Amino acid sequence: MPAAKRRDLAVRAENVSLTYRTTFERVPTFKSAIVRFGRGERAVKEVHAVQDVSFEVEHGSTVGIIGANGAGKSTLMRMLAGILPPTKGRIEVHGRVSTLLSLGVGFNASLSGRENVVLGGLAGGLSRKQIQEKYEEIAAFAELGDFIDMPMRTYSSGMYQRLAFAVAVNMDPDILLIDEALSAGDAKFKQKAAAKMKDVVGTANTMFLVSHSAASIRDLCKEALWLHKGKMMMRGPSAEVNAAYNKFLEVGEDAFSLEDL
Amino acid sequence: MNATRVDEEFTSYVHVYEPHRAGLPKLGPYFRALWQRRQFAAELSRTGMRAANTNTTFGQLWLVINPLLLAIVYYILVAIISGGSRGNASETFVHLCAGLFFFYYFSGALQGGASSVVGGSSLLLNMPFPKLLLPLSAVRTAFFRFLPTLIVYVPIHLAFGHPLRWEMVLSLYFLVMLTLFAAGMAMVFGTLQVYFRDTASFLPYFVRIWLYLSPVLWYPELGIERLERAFGDVGWLMYLNPLFSMIGGWTDLIVRGVIPGPELWGAAAAWAIAAMVLGGWYFMSREREFVVRL
Ligand SMILES: Nc1ncnc2c1ncn2[C@@H]1O[C@H](COP(=O)(O)OP(=O)(O)O)[C@@H](O)[C@H]1O
Ligand SMILES: [Mg+2]
Repeated sequence: MPAAKRRDLAVRAENVSLTYRTTFERVPTFKSAIVRFGRGERAVKEVHAVQDVSFEVEHGSTVGIIGANGAGKSTLMRMLAGILPPTKGRIEVHGRVSTLLSLGVGFNASLSGRENVVLGGLAGGLSRKQIQEKYEEIAAFAELGDFIDMPMRTYSSGMYQRLAFAVAVNMDPDILLIDEALSAGDAKFKQKAAAKMKDVVGTANTMFLVSHSAASIRDLCKEALWLHKGKMMMRGPSAEVNAAYNKFLEVGEDAFSLEDL
Repeated sequence: MNATRVDEEFTSYVHVYEPHRAGLPKLGPYFRALWQRRQFAAELSRTGMRAANTNTTFGQLWLVINPLLLAIVYYILVAIISGGSRGNASETFVHLCAGLFFFYYFSGALQGGASSVVGGSSLLLNMPFPKLLLPLSAVRTAFFRFLPTLIVYVPIHLAFGHPLRWEMVLSLYFLVMLTLFAAGMAMVFGTLQVYFRDTASFLPYFVRIWLYLSPVLWYPELGIERLERAFGDVGWLMYLNPLFSMIGGWTDLIVRGVIPGPELWGAAAAWAIAAMVLGGWYFMSREREFVVRL
């Protein structure tokens, strides 16, 4: 049966790589381009954020993604969401994706939470009516009170994440991508969010979760995927991957060679 | 993103993402997705104006007072330089208002377009969507900031003793051409701003020079005449400035009720189409790279 017809397949990544090409300076300008040209410097630096990663995930699975900062976790999530096209390889995604990436709802900080939710929904291709139907649920879940109609620059980072999380989980996605969602939330919201994620998992949806908390990966995810400097080190049951990752952290990177794994 | 995305209309369930080859995304699916999300461009513009208080009474007033004061400043300038001797003073002022308001529509679209992509960076990083929506939304904002000045123009026109003429209706043609041209330029500058973040700081100088080179402070036929007196038979050079035909046609119809010659109609359309095609091509062939550059 051709891969595209298999309904149980949620995500397939085949030899996926992504290379960022960035300029050295923090913001590229004409001025710096001219200065650089005068000195004969090369303008771009390549960052191999994800290298040759392959995996298949079926619907109903929950996959935790672990790895150090800069391992390429967020980059991989952006590729699954279709925000970043891969530099090499192929990604096949079956189903509607909803994202909660580390930048939160991430729209315009001078607009209110409500306006940001509407704008995000419209950009995502929902109709006004669909957004209206979802809005009440989102506002109720985020528990922002009057702040929902205040400019988002008045929000704390925890409030920001609450709204972002509320949007992501209430879009009824087939595949939910959550990237370090709960780092700034308070304990009460973390509990509520964890419960909601269990809910999502329970209804046979697929979830990818990036988290620095080994405990939440273990609790919420059956499987885990460990990235290190853009390469996939290990994939398997979350407890095992977690254990290997912890061992690796203690022993340090030098004691392992990539080929050993 | 949309290029590598299998057409949403037909297989809304499966998406395939692959490396994009250089060049344009598949235009059919791209424009379908663009059209499907047109509400987003409108809402972005609307909320942006609301956040900038454009829709309050004072906001609206400011939209009008600002170009009106500028028109007065330029009028004094022109009157002093030309010694106040030449031409009909009231017509000069009305012409100046019509041209300047029109030009400010264009420059507003240009400046809004330039910052549209970088300004929308957090949205870009979190959501796949056809990014052409961003500069188009900036053009919509500029248009709605232009409308109040257009309304204020009417009493000025009447107060200085100019009649309302049926020819004014034809000026809509030049408004449409300017809008298309502005959209194309907004796409170009929106892209440039991603690669060179100081584009927006050069823009005001660029806009100022463009204003002086356009028939706002002077009449189109006068410009050609002067150019020919100075350099011989090179009046056609004026048509190299896209705004020459657009502003020239607009003010001829609005202020003087003169139907412009076919060159002006043709040049305006040619520039508008060229800007849309080139701007659209430049923007769309780069837009998949924006995310890794923000
Ligand atoms: N927009 C970007 N431009 C250039 N390099 C980037 C960009 N985003 C991330 N990177 C680089 O890619 C690598 C992976 O980053 P990321 O995916 O954010 O890692 P993680 O989420 O695992 O911390 C890092 O080395 C980071 O510096
Ligand atoms: Mg990250």
